[in-house]
Amino acid sequence: MPVLELSSISKHFGAIQALNDISLAIEPGEVVGLMGDNGAGKSTLVKMIAGNFLPTHGSMRMDGREVVLHRPVEARRHGIEIVHQDLALCNNLTAAANVFLGREMRKGLGPVSILDYGGMYRRAGQLFRDLKSETRPRDLIRQMSGGQRQAVAIARTMLADAKLVLMDEPTAAISVRQVAEVLNHIRHLRDQGIAVVLISHRMPDVFSVADRIIVLRRGRKVADKRVERSSPEEVTGLITGAIEIA
Amino acid sequence: MAASLEQTIEQKQHNWFSLLLNSQAFWVTIAMLLACIFLSYSTDAFATSKNLYNITRNVTFTAIIALGTTMVIITGGIDLSVGSVLCLCSMVLAVTMHAGFGIYTGIAAAVLTALVVGAFNGILVAYLDFPPFVVTLGMLSVARSLAMVLSNNTVVFEFGPDHDKLLALGGGSTFGIANPVIYMVVLALLTGFVLRWTRFGRYLYAIGGNEQAATLTGVPVRRIKVAVYMISALSAGIAGIVQTGWLGAVTTNIGAGMELQVIAAAVIGGANLAGGVGTAYGALVGSALIEVIRNSLGLLGINAFWQGTFIGSCIIIAVAFDRMRRTR
Repeated sequence: MPVLELSSISKHFGAIQALNDISLAIEPGEVVGLMGDNGAGKSTLVKMIAGNFLPTHGSMRMDGREVVLHRPVEARRHGIEIVHQDLALCNNLTAAANVFLGREMRKGLGPVSILDYGGMYRRAGQLFRDLKSETRPRDLIRQMSGGQRQAVAIARTMLADAKLVLMDEPTAAISVRQVAEVLNHIRHLRDQGIAVVLISHRMPDVFSVADRIIVLRRGRKVADKRVERSSPEEVTGLITGAIEIA
Repeated sequence: MAASLEQTIEQKQHNWFSLLLNSQAFWVTIAMLLACIFLSYSTDAFATSKNLYNITRNVTFTAIIALGTTMVIITGGIDLSVGSVLCLCSMVLAVTMHAGFGIYTGIAAAVLTALVVGAFNGILVAYLDFPPFVVTLGMLSVARSLAMVLSNNTVVFEFGPDHDKLLALGGGSTFGIANPVIYMVVLALLTGFVLRWTRFGRYLYAIGGNEQAATLTGVPVRRIKVAVYMISALSAGIAGIVQTGWLGAVTTNIGAGMELQVIAAAVIGGANLAGGVGTAYGALVGSALIEVIRNSLGLLGINAFWQGTFIGSCIIIAVAFDRMRRTR
């Protein structure tokens, strides 16, 4: 059963048709590359899945049950996590504090509950170990490399028992070595049965990690095929419109 | 490979000593201790128990408000209204007690006033997206004006049936320590605990570090902002109540200019006006350094007009040190 299923989703903003009759399904443990030119509707689609706004038409199912997400917290409650393009991290806090931001572990101290620093350092350390990332839970984000920051943002999604992780341009602004690190993080999520939607402009990244590629052009889905049946040339053609539909 | 990854993750890059050397509050403490040592050798009057009693008591009013201000600054905000709120709360207390009500009624009225003013500031900042500078600048004017209206701009020095209780509250001492100092220490411990050990404290730092990120991760940013402006106003209200008891009279110009002195104390103690950084101990030690400077100028026979120059230089030097540490 697909973890996420969209049927005939459309979204208008006034007269602008941002998404037009999009249907797709994502299986657990599947990595889907979502590609398209600027303004093709990728961000709109991801924001909608993450609960930022409702579709104008169409329906959304998770694990076969129809869901209506009015707010981002509701999406998170259904197991949809998003890694934002700017990562949404606090530079002045530690890696562990960022992983647990908004979901701090606490323990009782008499009548009050206090932050469980030890527990959070241990759990964050475990998550970084699972990600095979050399990230120290006690370090401040300010001192970290782009790859480590990504690890922190991804660890945050693993904390929550996510079913579906949406990643918005995670490899746009980091070094080559760090890109490899991030792609490994994505494979780790996949190995744990978590579905990943990867928005990226970088063709090599998508082809090395994704199982399937979905291409949007002007709000329409123009391709949805397995990577081994496609090629970077074909996808480029689909994005620009040189190839009409695949 | 697995072992080395393990080691890297477990490694602590900072021990307590390097953290100490990196803390602005630590260096300000050293500076203050050096000043104290110098003063006790160069003047006879400094290291007397009477003078130390005076210094510790004078510190308290600045320090109590600086605790609240530090919390606001940590969120990246600012509260310019605290001096006027101190005045308004003092006046509410004085007028209520003068009218024949007991001390508890008076204190409750003053505290309530502070909370209402703080909630007003906070709601405008958090829900209507007003810049905190502008909102609290407006409140600076409004609160003092209300204090004048309330008292008809007179001096209140008779506090009804509980007159003596109020004077004991602010002017008395327990085991040789001035009462205001005890309040300050208790409030500082409480603030330090909240900042370090509670989720609320953690959220203050998160909001100051990256408000957008805090919102996206589900931190109730708006409610926390309202709370923090209420705490700030409450700290001014408490300082006002204690100061009324100490002075034994309230005029409509008490607390004038206090907001700047309090911000100076917070900044000297390591709070960063850009948000995300600050400690309760820093607020205390920043206030203490300012008071020691003021006290020492008098004892050393230096013209009091120089006071502003010294305190201002301290602010600039403290920030310069902070910048040097960051660029290194």
